[in-house]
Amino acid sequence: MSPSIQILNPGILSLIQDAGRYGQHSVGLTTGGPMDPLAFKWANRLVGNDDNTSAIETTIGGLKFKVKGDVQLAVTGAEVAVSVNGKPRPQWQTLNLSTHDELELGYATQGCRIYVAFASGLNIAPQFNSTSTVVREGIGGETGKGLQTGDELALNSETVKGSCWQLPESARPEYHNSVTLRLIPGYQDHHFSRHQQRMFFYHEYKVSDLCDRMGYRLTGPSIKCDIEGILSEGICLGAVQVPKDGQPIVLMNDRQTIGGYPKIGSVLSLDLAKLAQLTAGCTVKFEPITIDHAHNELALAQYRYRQQALVTVTPEEVK
Amino acid sequence: MRIHVAGENALMVYFADTVSDATTAQIQHVAQGLSSYLGDVLIDLVPSYASMLVVFDPLKTDHLHVRKLIRHAQSQTQNTQGDAQENVVRLPVYYGNETSPDLSHIAQNAGLTTQQVIEIHQQTLYRVYAIGFAPGFAYLGETDTRIATPRLATPRKKVPKGAVAIADRQTAVYPAPSPGGWNLIGCCPTPMFDPKGTPSMPVKAGDAVQFYAIDKEEFLSLGGTFDVWGEIE
Repeated sequence: MSPSIQILNPGILSLIQDAGRYGQHSVGLTTGGPMDPLAFKWANRLVGNDDNTSAIETTIGGLKFKVKGDVQLAVTGAEVAVSVNGKPRPQWQTLNLSTHDELELGYATQGCRIYVAFASGLNIAPQFNSTSTVVREGIGGETGKGLQTGDELALNSETVKGSCWQLPESARPEYHNSVTLRLIPGYQDHHFSRHQQRMFFYHEYKVSDLCDRMGYRLTGPSIKCDIEGILSEGICLGAVQVPKDGQPIVLMNDRQTIGGYPKIGSVLSLDLAKLAQLTAGCTVKFEPITIDHAHNELALAQYRYRQQALVTVTPEEVK
Repeated sequence: MRIHVAGENALMVYFADTVSDATTAQIQHVAQGLSSYLGDVLIDLVPSYASMLVVFDPLKTDHLHVRKLIRHAQSQTQNTQGDAQENVVRLPVYYGNETSPDLSHIAQNAGLTTQQVIEIHQQTLYRVYAIGFAPGFAYLGETDTRIATPRLATPRKKVPKGAVAIADRQTAVYPAPSPGGWNLIGCCPTPMFDPKGTPSMPVKAGDAVQFYAIDKEEFLSLGGTFDVWGEIE
């Protein structure tokens, strides 16, 4: 029988995610997927999965579950205390658990999105080609909702206990309270005067309390646009829309797919992942880059990710 | 046609500044062409009123190549205009008292009787301009100017599933319960979004939609229900 995990406490918000739902905007479904794709990919890679394997994204922390059978897993993302049966265990490393072991996450001390991936992956039936949970749409996961106490999640197959891997510290993403968001100007950028654009790129903006998987509302100097609205049009990941009050909103994974507010451009996905790790009160600055520069950065990031080797660590008994 | 950068993996194609049937048809043609030219390099397409967002895989191609293909698809369109088969979807609506809290307001506004508003709503062959806001939410337009009505000053916290609504010159069927500020004039028992269905929606962007009135008995036999209508506002 395949091993499984039983949720003892879902924490603040725990969602099943794979790499995201693509090709479904035509029926109004959004992308979903991990808010920090890099940390998500590392979690899966540390347990030998491919990038599109279903895992858990926990926001802030508090997740606790019990395993049945031999389970190999890894915890990545925001800095958080991880314990197995009360004993501290490292992040960014493969961990071996056996029947009755309990894993518990504390609350993030830096960053806010934590990923737990399991060797072979969670066995979830995809909806519209993806298992990503979008609560607003009631789509994805097992129920279209966040995980609940008592949920039992089966893994795809038995885990072979053995090799344990670690991502060297030098290669781990760092999470800060202040990040620079590189932005590709586009959409209605020509409707923002040169003066307004300078203000936008010069000043610091603060992450407001209204920040979730749908969008991050920022507060700071008000930016004026020549036009108040546009005919509703498609919104891509990272688009920065500026409503009438002049306070920018960065649209994230669970954004609505069309909308009528003017947009000044879109944040580079590599930096969007850093924004997704920020909580209310953190600060951001925008910096313009060209689409060609953006493509170069994406290709380099992909190259670095593939080149980065994991190091073998000796499996330790946790009992 | 204008093509703008939208983001690292997306181009926005503007076909026109206003909404028209010709523009909608053109968007559909270009969408079909692009799907075949781009193959697995294409990640998503979001057609809307007068534009289309083209999302591509930036690790497999760049925006220059995608621009070229968009222009190519557009030029092919000009050669093949007129071949498209129009798909007309007929949707039943119960315009009864239980499901039309804003009908009298629209009638008063327009100086018409409620029966005239209901008839005018059925006379227009609507176009599906865009799908979004929520899964299965199809923006239909344009309504007869006589029944065009601004959104409610205060949106409702909960609009029932199936509610048929008008906002300015747009009309739509709410696919699921949600907050909303459109004027409610009836209820459509046909599910607009069924995650288990193939296809999941009875309409797609570019289709034509015609509403037709049904009575209470038919509404109930088609699966309609009044459960949720008692507790709106």
